[in-house]
Amino acid sequence: MNPQSEQAKQHTISVLVDNEAGVLARVVGLFSGRGYNIESLTVAEVDPENARSRITIVTSGTPMIIEQIKAQLKRLVPVHKVSDLTTDGPHVSRELALIKVIGSDEKRVESLRIADIFRARAVDSTDKSFVFEIVGDTGKVDAFIKLMEKIGLAEVSRTGVVAIARGSEGI
Amino acid sequence: MANKLLNGSQIVLKALIDQGVEEIFGYPGGAVLPLYDEIFKQNKLRHILVRQEGGAVHAAEGYARSTGKVGVVLVTSGPGATNAVTGLTDALMDSIPVVCFTGQVPTHLIGNDAFQEADTTGITRPCTKHNYLVKDINDLARVIHEAFHVARSGRPGPVVVDLPKDILMGQGHYAPPTRAGHKSYRPQIEGDTDQIKKAVALMASAKRPLFYCGGGVINSGPEASRLLKTLVRMTGYPCTLTLMGLGAYPASDKQFLGMLGMHGTYEANLAMHDCDVMINIGARFDDRVTGRLTDFSPGSTKIHIDIDPSSINKNVPVDVPIIGDVAHVLKKMLAVWKTENAKPDAEALKAWWRQIGKWRRRDCLHYAADSKVIKPQHAIQRLYEATKKNDDVFITTEVGQHQMWAAQFFKFEKPNHWMTSGGLGTMGYGLPAAMGVQIAHPKALVVDIAGEASIMMNIQEMSTIAQYRLPVKVFILNNHYMGMVRQWQELLHGGRYSETYMAALPDFVKLAEAFGAVGLRATRPDQLDSVIEEMLGTDKAVIADIHVDKMENCFPMIPSGAAHNEMLFASVDEGGPVSEEGMVLV
Repeated sequence: MNPQSEQAKQHTISVLVDNEAGVLARVVGLFSGRGYNIESLTVAEVDPENARSRITIVTSGTPMIIEQIKAQLKRLVPVHKVSDLTTDGPHVSRELALIKVIGSDEKRVESLRIADIFRARAVDSTDKSFVFEIVGDTGKVDAFIKLMEKIGLAEVSRTGVVAIARGSEGI
Repeated sequence: MANKLLNGSQIVLKALIDQGVEEIFGYPGGAVLPLYDEIFKQNKLRHILVRQEGGAVHAAEGYARSTGKVGVVLVTSGPGATNAVTGLTDALMDSIPVVCFTGQVPTHLIGNDAFQEADTTGITRPCTKHNYLVKDINDLARVIHEAFHVARSGRPGPVVVDLPKDILMGQGHYAPPTRAGHKSYRPQIEGDTDQIKKAVALMASAKRPLFYCGGGVINSGPEASRLLKTLVRMTGYPCTLTLMGLGAYPASDKQFLGMLGMHGTYEANLAMHDCDVMINIGARFDDRVTGRLTDFSPGSTKIHIDIDPSSINKNVPVDVPIIGDVAHVLKKMLAVWKTENAKPDAEALKAWWRQIGKWRRRDCLHYAADSKVIKPQHAIQRLYEATKKNDDVFITTEVGQHQMWAAQFFKFEKPNHWMTSGGLGTMGYGLPAAMGVQIAHPKALVVDIAGEASIMMNIQEMSTIAQYRLPVKVFILNNHYMGMVRQWQELLHGGRYSETYMAALPDFVKLAEAFGAVGLRATRPDQLDSVIEEMLGTDKAVIADIHVDKMENCFPMIPSGAAHNEMLFASVDEGGPVSEEGMVLV
């Protein structure tokens, strides 16, 4: 078996860590040092009482690489838990994006119409621009941005993916 | 808290003593002055003053590897810390427990580009198992105890504790070591019983089994080597060791096939290639061991015992992974073997040994003897013969041809007696490492088998050796070349010896004398034994400059990117084929 020939696949990995100085650098350094991809990264404290943060990483690789990434993450001293949401069962993932669109007349109306379909909200407005807020999985956000390109997409800011397993089980 | 206030430096020393530290290797400087002042005021802890911080870390590695204890280093901020980086990386690659204390500028100056400031935790993050910057004196004692725990447990490794000067001078409370487990770091020690049962069944069913064991056995402690010996003897299976594992199984035993890998023996590598059940104990399928991965032991079912889950399936997919400490797993394995009344297939095993016997008869380590020039292999053989009656011989090496020849020709019967830079391949490792070993074992014979190029990389430590009157023996195989690089140039680059000739070498005899040591030289085979004898009979440090054949190459050899069954041998195959792909892997 040639491990390299296996198909690379996207995985969403949640990492529960101590919220201490340098912990994000450890995680990011591990990815860059070993040549793994980071497609999306989010981090925030989720348990202030125990000073724990949750890092959500979207990465891709062959099953052997993904296994290696998880093992390497678990090896870091301030890491409490590593969970591969992609393989551990169904999960929900969401991104939030703020999207600035510039245009006038018909394009302006069209942008509002599309925003309505995507359940995006206008959170800022001037006579020639909107800032839309959209929440959804990566595919939905991508699709919305693509449509806005034709109308007058000016700027995008995305949070990156946050994700959680479905059901009553915790990480 | 009832205990009285101490300053930060006192807390550090108290923590070290509570951790059982007796010796530390270091070099003072501005940021660690308060700590050195406390060292001055006490007698429990002995400080060994090295001549460069890189030497301190290698010395601590030698100390750690020969004792099984944690090696401790103390250096100052900025250049002190950056000089330590090579040693830390070396310790990380070879899984050696080291705790390195680095000075740091006061916390309020961090980030200001202050004098001798470096982002030590940033720089050392990828080359340590873990590191700490202490920002609150009340964390100081806990962090130090934790650092020792992290360094020595699980898969051992180097840990850095960065100590800002104001923390060292501030006042705080000491906290003794606790037995409470770490909140997130919990290495798995016990192997899974079901997996062990599966492994035993597989082992018993094997027709062509092979034990492939590495540094993990040594790191697990002497008990692991003892258990390994019992298991190998009980099964009657052949055993090979990695460079890091030498000494884990007695080299003189008839079931030992020698070292495997790039410069391993023919029988070990072919046994790896042809085995049907591979029992990897504490080795990590390093590229110098596996050769071309796609052709690595293609027909075998693989059992892999390792304490580090990230070693499993990293390079080579395995069939029965067992995560745990070698000694714990072997103990269970032996018990299961007995209770299941497992029996090896005697008939198949006989045929397997017959095959191995054929490979052995290839006499792969053979070299052409010479009456005019000293063959480097011969020099090591004579050194081994002259020291083998001595019960406690510690060998360190630098990196290169001499290292491989030492691994091939010196026979190690016990663990913890062989110190070499395996993973990182750090030239300049051997002399400071020997110094660390000698500090730990003042009465023992410690020999650094060196090359004339490597020895120059940390030659300044001869001064440390002089200061502490350490009777370290430096046995230089002097061929006037960076031999291993020259060998590759010969094989791969048309013999264009670009920058590998060691011009303007010092007179090593005079150099020894300049450092207060004894200098000896052998240039002809008939001088070799008397020089060795004189070296061993001297109770001072010795540099023995052994002039060896300049063009000798280290064989057998699996060229980079080749498979185990594509070995090159001394006489017939010089200048054998190396693929383009292989050239990249050098």
